[in-house]
Amino acid sequence: MVHQAISLAAAEVGVRYTIVDISGGRGLRGHLRGMGLREGAEVELIAAADQNGPVTMLLGDSRIAVGSGMARKIKVKEAVWAEKPIRVAVAGNPNSGKTTVFNNLTGARQHVGNYPGVTVEKKEGTARLGERTIRFTDLPGTYSLTPYSPEELVARRFLLDEKPDVVVDVVDASNLERNLYLATQLMELGVKLVLVFNMSDLAKARGQAIDHERLSGLLGVPIVPTVGNRNRGTRELLETIVKVADGQLASRPRFVGYGRDIDAEIDKIERYLTEHGALTSVAPTRWLTLKLLEGDDEVCEMVRTRFDMDGELDELVAASRKHLHMHFGDEPEALIADRRYGFISGACREAVARSPERRHNVSDGIDKVVTNRWLGLPIFAAVMFVMFKAVFALGDVGIGWCEQGMEALGGWLGGVLPQGGLVQSLIVDGIVAGVGNVLVFLPLVVLLFLIIAFLEDTGYMARAAFVMDKVMHSIGLHGRSFIPMLLGFGCSLPAVMATRTLAGRRDRLTTMLVVPLMSCGAKLPVYLLFAGVFFGGAGAGSSVVWSLYVLGMVLAVLMALVFRKTLLRGPTEPLVMELPPYRMPTLKGVFIHMWERAWLYIKRAGTIIFLFSIAMWVLLNLPRNNALRQSYNARITAAEQTGESEEAIAAIKNEKAAQMMKRSIAGSIGRSVAPALKPLGLDDWKICTALLSGLVAKEVVVSTIGQTYAVGQETDEESGSLRDRIAHDPFFAGSRLKAYTLMVFVLLYVPCMVAVAVIKRESGSWKWAVLAAGYTTVLAYLVSLVVYQGGRLLGLG
Amino acid sequence: MTKVSLGKLRPGSVGRVESITGESSIRRRLREMGVIAGQEIKVVRVAPLGDPIDVELMGYHLSLRRAEAAGVLVEVES
Repeated sequence: MVHQAISLAAAEVGVRYTIVDISGGRGLRGHLRGMGLREGAEVELIAAADQNGPVTMLLGDSRIAVGSGMARKIKVKEAVWAEKPIRVAVAGNPNSGKTTVFNNLTGARQHVGNYPGVTVEKKEGTARLGERTIRFTDLPGTYSLTPYSPEELVARRFLLDEKPDVVVDVVDASNLERNLYLATQLMELGVKLVLVFNMSDLAKARGQAIDHERLSGLLGVPIVPTVGNRNRGTRELLETIVKVADGQLASRPRFVGYGRDIDAEIDKIERYLTEHGALTSVAPTRWLTLKLLEGDDEVCEMVRTRFDMDGELDELVAASRKHLHMHFGDEPEALIADRRYGFISGACREAVARSPERRHNVSDGIDKVVTNRWLGLPIFAAVMFVMFKAVFALGDVGIGWCEQGMEALGGWLGGVLPQGGLVQSLIVDGIVAGVGNVLVFLPLVVLLFLIIAFLEDTGYMARAAFVMDKVMHSIGLHGRSFIPMLLGFGCSLPAVMATRTLAGRRDRLTTMLVVPLMSCGAKLPVYLLFAGVFFGGAGAGSSVVWSLYVLGMVLAVLMALVFRKTLLRGPTEPLVMELPPYRMPTLKGVFIHMWERAWLYIKRAGTIIFLFSIAMWVLLNLPRNNALRQSYNARITAAEQTGESEEAIAAIKNEKAAQMMKRSIAGSIGRSVAPALKPLGLDDWKICTALLSGLVAKEVVVSTIGQTYAVGQETDEESGSLRDRIAHDPFFAGSRLKAYTLMVFVLLYVPCMVAVAVIKRESGSWKWAVLAAGYTTVLAYLVSLVVYQGGRLLGLG
Repeated sequence: MTKVSLGKLRPGSVGRVESITGESSIRRRLREMGVIAGQEIKVVRVAPLGDPIDVELMGYHLSLRRAEAAGVLVEVES
């Protein structure tokens, strides 16, 4: 299908065309333009030119006729083709620079979503070349197309179901042989393939001279060399894609030859499939054949249920597999993989010249230090320390700005909205304050994402997993699980989302379940308040906070072990992980990477917290006890008239707020729950109500305590009057043990609702979310019980 | 020539893959990463805590646990 420009005189009736060029003198062109016939205009032919007669066409709603001489000077192209976007799937190995190439192709025109039913990210973007629109879908990075990981399955299903016009496979040219393995599988799928040899500069630097034309001939597919991080070759790639889509450039992948014996078996099965017309609409017959021989679970199942009812094909395949196994003494999957690699190395021998490889490249040099026997762990610890220092130091500044912004917004709304009404209270105290409580963490979260994106893009994260794997493996997890755990110190939300990078489902769930036990940023204000009041600021106070961080980690490790031994029992995920060469990340790449996660965080946190803030406001403010309110209002008015000091008036207002809260739904719940917490020494309605409000976000505990202690809402952990009240509260009676028990409880009990909702999303079921909320609360109760009663036994009460 | 398991090789030594045994999912994973019969593999280093190991093949680095490496039988020059 070649869609070149033709003259209007040769055009067909009933087809829509776009005018691409008008030749001839100025007068003629002016005349045609006057009728509305200009470049880019769309016309539909009603009557074609027969002999030398005129051509009649529809332009918009009007009919126009031009003589055949004029028609010959007008060049047109089929409009449908100019309109219809080319659909391109971008495949490639992890670390092949696929994302960079995708970013270069689409720029900022990207959209991130999920593949249906799985938590695998789906990135889409568009590009334009001339008048053509090209729509790209970024497939997950995979090494192969087996159905044994969600990423690979998603990539494969997309290729089979969506049948993209062109498939682009991004190949790391400096690591050609392993990268081409995926290419052979794509070739077998019978797609129109374009190979992108990315990092071609690196390949050259490593002493490889690739004869692209020759290799392209051997594989039967076009090859475009690019340098992703310098945005080289992008335009050539776009042009090649359009040419391949239009059929101007052939992409006819060669079949891998599997040798006489295997080919004979392939032929047998392929013939059977062709003769019975089996599943031809689903996938190419040769591909189905290979998958059957490989014993591919998904394809075998599909054939069994949708075609091979009598089991005839099943027998045929079993016989072939058995024959090959006997003949070669190895399973067919291995034989087929061997031949694919054989095909690749044969092609590379012919088309790639290798000068003696420079063994000691920079990357190996860095690894000598970074993964060194003695230095590896200290360097890991140092990197983590610097990361958290930077995040909390810089993040604090940003949090300050965000808080001011939120306060300003609340203040402004408070002024604009009708005074003292329920609406004002709902919007200002409920929604703005509630959403604000979570969004103020944005700078912290964004900064953490930025640094992690940087570490990932350089290649360090793979080394960190390498160094830490032994530790993680001993608790039944994968080396890579440490990244979510780490993020958990910032916020559970991104941490739970980061479990997506884990391959095994059991690893994923276990990590997700224990992440909320980490001391996240929102728990810190609670610690600071109580540690400050009961243990003093420096010295004892900071060691108390430190002990809570350690307690969280230890319990996370223990619970991971428990889950891996009970609910999520099973063999540990194998570690077979590439250590990609170190690379200098591009600024754009790191920012896009960071922004994707940050945006997801804003969307999730924003919507969930919005609804939850409203619910919590209702609990804290309703029912309105009018009699109580009026009696306090009368007292306030009286105090104002008698000219009492402002402090005195504020004290009455605060007392009013506390009394109102005590009678709210939340207050009632707090009071009825309190007795249950007696064994923990926390049987006080003020504390229980605050704990309940902490479901929104744990730091809300501090502001609710501020209200219940009648010091007003505008309190934070540094508020002197709040500290004073707590210190003199007869309930605590100065008991450090009670304060510590409370902190332990805050550390462990139900993760905030946002985290629970995200666990539901990422695990795909409420079951795990409920479990996460339930077990943490039980754990909080038990550990607090042990701490409190143990402390009392030791006479610390 | 002697045959040993990849997991037993010391850093710096080179071997040629003879066969792979073990659980099928691990064999599959190793295969798609290029660990196939005839492939030359060099053990580069061992992680600080003694596991996993870092090997080089086809010009790239791969890390795998000793448990996974144990199933890879390699031929080495004795």
